[in-house]
Amino acid sequence: MSNAEWEVVIGLEVHVQLHTRAKVFASAPWGFGQEPNEQVDPVVLGLPGTLPVVNREAVEKAILFGLVVGAEIPAQCAWDRKNYFYPDNPKNYQLTQKDFPVTMGGKVEIELPGASRNVQGEHKFIRLHHAHLEEDVGKLSHSGSGSLVDYNRAGVPLLEIVSEPDLRSAAEAAAFLNALVMMLTQAGVADCDMEKGQLRCDANVSIRRRGETKLGTRSETKNLNSISGVRDCIIYETARQVRELEAGRAIVQETRGWNAENGRGYVLRDKEDAHDYRYFPDPDIPTLKISRETVQRLQKQVPESPYARQQRYIEKLNVPYTAASVLIAQSDLAQWFEVAVAAHPSNAAGIANLVVNDLLRELSASSGAAEGADIAKVSLASCRIQPAHLAALVKLTDEGTISKQQAKEVFTEMFQSGQSPVQIVESKGLKQNSDTGELEKIIQEVIADPSVAKSIAEYRAGNEKAINALKGPIMKRTQGKANPVLIDQLLRKALG
Amino acid sequence: MAQELYQLSATEISQRLAKGELTSRALVEALMKRYHALNKKVGAFTHLDEADVLAQADASDARRKAGKTLGPLDGIPVGIKDNIAVKGQPLTCSSKMLAPLVSPYDAHVIESLRAAGAILYGRLNMDEFAMGSSTENSAVQKTFNPWDLARIPGGSSGGSAAALSAGLVPLALGSDTGGSIRQPASHCGIIGLKPTYGLISRYGLVAFASSLDQIGPMARTIDDCVLLLNALASPDARDMTCFNKNHRQQLPEVAAKSLRIGVPKGVLGKGVGAEVAAATQAAIDFYKSQGCTIIEVDLPSSDLAVPTYYVVATAEASSNLARYDGVRYGHRSANAKTPIEMMTNSRSEGFGPEVKRRILLGTFVLSAGYADAYYVRALRARSKIRAEHLAALEKVDMLLTPTVPTPAFKAGEKISDPLQLYLEDIFTIPANLAGLPALSVPCGKSGHLPVGFHLVGAPLSENKLLAAARLFEAAHGFANQLPTL
Repeated sequence: MSNAEWEVVIGLEVHVQLHTRAKVFASAPWGFGQEPNEQVDPVVLGLPGTLPVVNREAVEKAILFGLVVGAEIPAQCAWDRKNYFYPDNPKNYQLTQKDFPVTMGGKVEIELPGASRNVQGEHKFIRLHHAHLEEDVGKLSHSGSGSLVDYNRAGVPLLEIVSEPDLRSAAEAAAFLNALVMMLTQAGVADCDMEKGQLRCDANVSIRRRGETKLGTRSETKNLNSISGVRDCIIYETARQVRELEAGRAIVQETRGWNAENGRGYVLRDKEDAHDYRYFPDPDIPTLKISRETVQRLQKQVPESPYARQQRYIEKLNVPYTAASVLIAQSDLAQWFEVAVAAHPSNAAGIANLVVNDLLRELSASSGAAEGADIAKVSLASCRIQPAHLAALVKLTDEGTISKQQAKEVFTEMFQSGQSPVQIVESKGLKQNSDTGELEKIIQEVIADPSVAKSIAEYRAGNEKAINALKGPIMKRTQGKANPVLIDQLLRKALG
Repeated sequence: MAQELYQLSATEISQRLAKGELTSRALVEALMKRYHALNKKVGAFTHLDEADVLAQADASDARRKAGKTLGPLDGIPVGIKDNIAVKGQPLTCSSKMLAPLVSPYDAHVIESLRAAGAILYGRLNMDEFAMGSSTENSAVQKTFNPWDLARIPGGSSGGSAAALSAGLVPLALGSDTGGSIRQPASHCGIIGLKPTYGLISRYGLVAFASSLDQIGPMARTIDDCVLLLNALASPDARDMTCFNKNHRQQLPEVAAKSLRIGVPKGVLGKGVGAEVAAATQAAIDFYKSQGCTIIEVDLPSSDLAVPTYYVVATAEASSNLARYDGVRYGHRSANAKTPIEMMTNSRSEGFGPEVKRRILLGTFVLSAGYADAYYVRALRARSKIRAEHLAALEKVDMLLTPTVPTPAFKAGEKISDPLQLYLEDIFTIPANLAGLPALSVPCGKSGHLPVGFHLVGAPLSENKLLAAARLFEAAHGFANQLPTL
């Protein structure tokens, strides 16, 4: 296979469970980890005579998503019935929005991987076709003695986000999903916990010769439930299609499944077996009008987009790219960081480094998270350090009141006790010794010691580094409290 | 001759209860006695929990004694069509498919009736899933017309109409998708109202065709009909198609001179029985004699109504009835190895032939390649029919036609000819397609069989229709007539 020769074209359909209290058409609540069939009511079970009632909260979350991605919010949306028989589908039709979705268009900014971890990659916009609301179905499981159905998931509000075929690699698809997750979670639209099945994805993949403008025949792989699964599946599917075409065979339009365990795709059904869903407008739910007042109210809830925030941190606050990228992944972390920066605006980079390296590491360790767990997902809820205190710590270091070494010690204490750094420095007597007279006296004693005569000679002969050998004994005599900057100044003066 | 309790109208019962001349217990005991004597013959009720009825009656009497009566319906029995959910009672839609089902919840109208103190009195037979015009499609039992037990009572609310005209119950609930309240009302000589779409919550009404279905009151007098209607029409957030304002009816005194009644061109012509035409003409002449203006109206798309209806209604039904698969409730096939086989076999075994016919038809008209030719065109025709009716109803207060072209036919006569049977609804269907209120009022006989005329009004003009009907009722002897059984 030759990548230079073939171009892959990918469109994603992302199904996201919305963060709502109640189900999309019923008052039953939903959540993870309940006993089977506990989160049901007559409407969820589709008992005879029950009717759906649209949950306004779900519609508003969907509109908010639309505003986050700059989509058009049409003046009205409507529901259709998608008819198919399956035991996990309580009514044997699914309520969805076929012709009048809640949002139209919009785009998602993505960041491609850079040349290395510390280097920012290219940014690109992926267009969305639309996003529509629908209801989730239950879960069917098979055991030796029969089949069991759990309807807890049935009726959970789903937003299906449909991209244009703008993605050109598995990495772009992964970047798209990463960006989408950041936008959805930061706006409070969805939690996107993939381990709980809150984000699932269908991937439409086709290939064509580079330079060709016509799209190739696509396959659709259903129900991918992790970003790595999407990436692996696209790599696999691209290779498969290239193999087929290079062997002179045609690509068949088909629906496929993905086995994450063995990393292979398989055919679910071909075009001839495609379902006829017999869509028609749901007569139980009147067309829903969306007022401009509602849109304006929701517009106020749209947060700064993750990559706009990243750019601001890098350009306005001089935060390094890697730290900025960690900060933007979680809005409460970014907000925490910004509160700290407000208390000590002159060194946002120092604050960022402390947050991203020390704070997240400690939080991760103390939360018992497994090694290698995504550090950006650590909760700040248990954090005892206040942002202003962290800022004060950086300030104390910047002003030379404590050394970097001391700062580490203070940070550990802050993390454990929640005390302010000023308090800790005082109570532990950690303040740097900046008493010039006392230091000059110690320096005289040290340089008078014959054991350092060689280093002094070397320094005087022009070896700059030789001076460091003198600093150790000075530090030792002050129990590490000496201000290193001051030591350096005074020592040079003493050595002439 | 002293009137028997079963002959009393609900309004008369209400007055006697209020005066302390009658207890609810005495009333229901008399009705249950009649039930035991006649229900086998008429076949109206499919279920009656007598202990529960007595307990409800006693509770009502106790309320009255304590001065805490809940209103004019308190203590009065209301028969319930078997497609309206009552907590703890069977909800079978006269289908084998739902034979084992007991409803775990109350329909909105049932909550309303309970709040009004009405006695929920038994389950009434119907065509399976409300699909039919003779109640012969019931998988449970046959229902016969009390005026002639060799004949059908009409349908699908045949049990409700037969129970009223047999004196088994003073009030009943029906549901109407294409005429299922009005056609049996006409055949059994009682009043049947299909309200404006959205006036009464459908929450708890087993759906046949959601955009057409309405629950409505059935009674033997106009006053009784109003009494029941006012208990049913209230806002309900659980049905998004239900009006969210209260539309209780206060019947105005209609000045006959101000009424403009439209009669569609050629309505008493082809296909309408001579005696039906004569009785309808007599009703028209009556209104004319009272000073009403009779205006001929043109509804050119009326011919499209029946085919449009059978596309829209079956399309919705094919989807609405998909949920009956034996997985969660209802009939489950014992002969299946896989879940899909179980669903398939449960449906094949559970549904009767007419229901299957309509599911197949509805599935066909929605399927890829055919939806545009059938379903989409039907929606266009429906809009046209609605627009024509609304335009006509700007010029007149109501339209008057026969309710059904011919009187009740003999049991078994049309069972093998569904197309002929579908024409029973030719006058009633447009009101469902257009969402308009419509009323059937007894207006005479064809031989020994009752005949009704049909009034259709603009949305939410129930009060006007009922007032006009009361004008007719007051001048004639058709109200609260019971055949000798």
